[in-house]
Amino acid sequence: MAIEKILKDDASEEKGERARMASFVGAIAITDLVKTTLGPKGMDKILQSTGRGHGVTVTNDGATILKSLHIDNPAAKVLIDISKVQDDEVGDGTTSVVVLAGELLREAEKLVAAKIHPMTIISGYRMAAECARNALSQRVVDNKENAEKFKSDLMKIARTTLSSKILSQDKEHFAQLAVDAVMRLKGSTNLEAIQIIKKPGGSLMDSFLDEGFILDKKIGLGQPKRIENAKILVANTAMDTDKVKIYGARVRVDSMSKVAEIEGAEKEKMREKVQKIIAHGINCFVNRQLIYNFPEELFADAGVLAIEHADFDGIERLALVTGGEIASTFDNPESVKIGHCKLIEEIMIGEDKSIHFSGVEMGQACTIVLRGASHHVLDEAERSLHDALCVLSQTVNDTRVLLGGGWPEMVMAKEVDELARKTPGKKSHAIEAFSRALVAIPTIIADNAGLDSADLVAQLRAAHHKEGCNAGIDVISGSVGDMAELGISESFKVKQAVLLSATEAAEMILRVDEIITCAPRQREDRM
Amino acid sequence: MALAFDEYGRPFIILKEQDQKTRLRGIEAQKANISAGKAVARILRTSLGPKGMDKILQSPDGDVTITNDGATILEQMDVDNQIAKLMVELSRSQDYEIGDGTTGVVVMAGALLDQAERLLERGIHPIRIAEGYEMASRIAVEHLEHISKKFDFGATNIEPLVQTCMTTLSSKIVNRCKCHLAEISVKAVLSVADLDRKDVNLDMIKVEGKVGGKLEDTELIYGITVDKDMSHPQMPKQIEDAKIAILTCPFEPPKPKTKHKVDIDTVEKFQTLRLQEQKYFDDMVQKCKDAGATLVICQWGFDDEANHLLMHRNLPAVRWVGGVELELIAIATGGRIVPRFQELTPEKLGRAGLVREKSFGTTKDKMLYIEHCANSRAVTIFIRGGNKMMIEETKRSIHDALCVARNLIRNNSIVYGGGSAEISCSIAVEAAADKYPGVEQYAIRAFADALDSVPMALAENSGLQPIETLSEVKSQQIKENNPHYGIDCNDVGTNDMRQQDVFETLIGKQQQILLATQVVKMILKIDDVISPSDY
Repeated sequence: MAIEKILKDDASEEKGERARMASFVGAIAITDLVKTTLGPKGMDKILQSTGRGHGVTVTNDGATILKSLHIDNPAAKVLIDISKVQDDEVGDGTTSVVVLAGELLREAEKLVAAKIHPMTIISGYRMAAECARNALSQRVVDNKENAEKFKSDLMKIARTTLSSKILSQDKEHFAQLAVDAVMRLKGSTNLEAIQIIKKPGGSLMDSFLDEGFILDKKIGLGQPKRIENAKILVANTAMDTDKVKIYGARVRVDSMSKVAEIEGAEKEKMREKVQKIIAHGINCFVNRQLIYNFPEELFADAGVLAIEHADFDGIERLALVTGGEIASTFDNPESVKIGHCKLIEEIMIGEDKSIHFSGVEMGQACTIVLRGASHHVLDEAERSLHDALCVLSQTVNDTRVLLGGGWPEMVMAKEVDELARKTPGKKSHAIEAFSRALVAIPTIIADNAGLDSADLVAQLRAAHHKEGCNAGIDVISGSVGDMAELGISESFKVKQAVLLSATEAAEMILRVDEIITCAPRQREDRM
Repeated sequence: MALAFDEYGRPFIILKEQDQKTRLRGIEAQKANISAGKAVARILRTSLGPKGMDKILQSPDGDVTITNDGATILEQMDVDNQIAKLMVELSRSQDYEIGDGTTGVVVMAGALLDQAERLLERGIHPIRIAEGYEMASRIAVEHLEHISKKFDFGATNIEPLVQTCMTTLSSKIVNRCKCHLAEISVKAVLSVADLDRKDVNLDMIKVEGKVGGKLEDTELIYGITVDKDMSHPQMPKQIEDAKIAILTCPFEPPKPKTKHKVDIDTVEKFQTLRLQEQKYFDDMVQKCKDAGATLVICQWGFDDEANHLLMHRNLPAVRWVGGVELELIAIATGGRIVPRFQELTPEKLGRAGLVREKSFGTTKDKMLYIEHCANSRAVTIFIRGGNKMMIEETKRSIHDALCVARNLIRNNSIVYGGGSAEISCSIAVEAAADKYPGVEQYAIRAFADALDSVPMALAENSGLQPIETLSEVKSQQIKENNPHYGIDCNDVGTNDMRQQDVFETLIGKQQQILLATQVVKMILKIDDVISPSDY
């Protein structure tokens, strides 16, 4: 008799070969999608959102592309997830991790077709990944001791990271910006202290790093435009109508005159509050919430600069930068820490006014002002810069550095090949396949640059046969070059994360032999 | 649809809306049920053992789960058939009771159903089959007791426990670092275990995960982690020798529960109310301070003013901490949960040696670690991994390992794994079958065959020849009278499970057999299925 249906309507089940095919196809499709963005000559993608306005994003950042895709294939979802994690954890290599995982699966597909059990492939991949990691960690350069050299390492890494992005034209400039900004952090990975302000207009070259803090606000009318030796009180308090917070309180009066009295009392209360704030001996007051006209006028009378509605991040950073604390009550002025800075002035960036705090106490924070032709350019520039900043701040903590330009992949591939030759049994096929997947990355870089990848990779392989070779792909001249001379470096931590999470994801997808999809939840049509 | 007629030949309605229901009866019903049960077992069969495969499950909302944990697969499978739901229940009850072996129990039940179908075809009454199974299961459970071994462990000698946990973990995706994880699990269980009473409260072990990093970075924290940060960005990030006030009342103006109104009709009232409000905030903070607290953990939110006052008085605070976490913190630090500020006294404060905030990666993720607590009995396992699915699967695997370790502490008997216990039981049941007169004898023999199907599935999944391997192992067991021979799944070279150190818990195995038999008996007893037809 027919097999009973055990799943609900619309739920589907795919088994064995079919399931495996479905996940391979999904994963490889994703890889092919982002593959063309890899490397210095990678192309960008336009993403159009389905939301209102159909906003357009132009990017070649793997994580950004994948995040915006609507994917139904479960295996593809795994790849998107690893890219997202890579972004959160080290910030760069989001494309490489997906491409490597995809290539591993592409190789695995061939092995499965040759009747090798997925479990055997997995154990081979594991051995290969371990071996590759060891190979890398043996070849790292660590310039922790030598500050001068380390800084040049950082510059190289920044340049390498930026060279694949829209900023590549001005990479020297931006690499310098990024390195300066990260060096100011002195080892902390708190990227919040680096503020990025985007102002359309001007060219990318006009972007600059500012040592102070720039708040994207205007100074109130009739208040001083320039304050030297500012004492700043950073606050988070209601300066509109300071309500009575006790639950259920309401005003109930029986005559107009009473209303006027209470209004007077309210005003008096506000005046008192302003007086208390001024009594702190400040000449600048920054509030997170709105400041109504009445208190603003009071501040102006007292010659205090009042800035309203600075957003939450702005407040936190400002407090961090000036060394003050965020205050909400003002009864004991003697113990509230007040922030200081040398000079507050209104400056013009392009045609917008901003408030500039310079000569701040804490040297850690800084602001990068990005200028560019359009919003799309600025957004992409911000993402690129963010990648560079992440990589640099991670490198400051883990100072090990590798060469770039496909060099690490070739080094790993060579070691893995050696291992394959030594390993008996079916696993060696899997290990060999792993090395092929590694070589695929320089191949793709060369392909994207329009070079003859087959020839270049063969040359590279030959060059790497010698011990201690620094050969990689020089995309600019289109030949094999010495990466150390060209100054192309990458962070060890990024490469290691790429290797490990790609292997983990490939393993996960390989282990699957069945996909059970539940019926999509019925939604009411809200159109 | 069968119709009944009364003495005048009029149709007699027995069921409401009879003609709209489909009905299966007799042997037909039993066969339909059996095939549904088998279909579920078939799905899980490939997930059994160290070389078992995983399943991708896509939920109605499109979320992806990748797992090979039987209970999880079945729970998320959106099963519609009633009998299939019974199998899901079966796996779940194994999960609740034992925590491990959720796949094995379903495979076992499937095999029993398969055998029952053949007997039914021969015309044996289902109740007789059920009774035969019952007898056989009793024999098998007794035999398990007989071949089980007790082993010793203590707070210092945790090696045997680790070995058993490793057997459990080896079938999961985390088997790459099973050694590390097994050790963590055992240490966690031992630190919360009450060895005298032989009891373990697994609620005291919190399993937390955060994506990023490597699986090897997974660590055991003797304390609690909370996925929160300090309420004010400028509060200290590290507190030593913290005295913790655990509050369930908000730092907000009072909200009497009865409906009320405060009318303001004069200026004086307005002002007194304002002063009251300020004093109220001041009092709240002062009360915490008076009690000697150096850290406030609160279940609710803070008003801006209160937040600043706390910061001002140098009293770090954490807000919006969930109820479960709050309880764990209270247990770990030995504090009391205080519902009102008035009741805050020094002796109700919890104590912790070190509280620190730790940030991760390039995003703003922060977590609060509460370590060196007064009562070190609450621990946290903190999992790191490459992606979200990996973390979830690791959590499930750790849960299994924790359950196994707990079971061993409750009852330190073990049997050898790798299918050896099943094979040995099968031999014993087969031998016992001949002693039973009557039709049950056939059912008992069928039970023995069904027991063989677990090692068979193991061999199949490991890429071995199932029939050849099984018969070889079986003959070896009988010849040498040694119940330790099993299936060599990892291709180590020996099939003596004692040498491979593959153990499972005795109660886990017994429970598997008992539960599977019970469900199969239930399914066999059904002879009529009435269900509303589709239209």
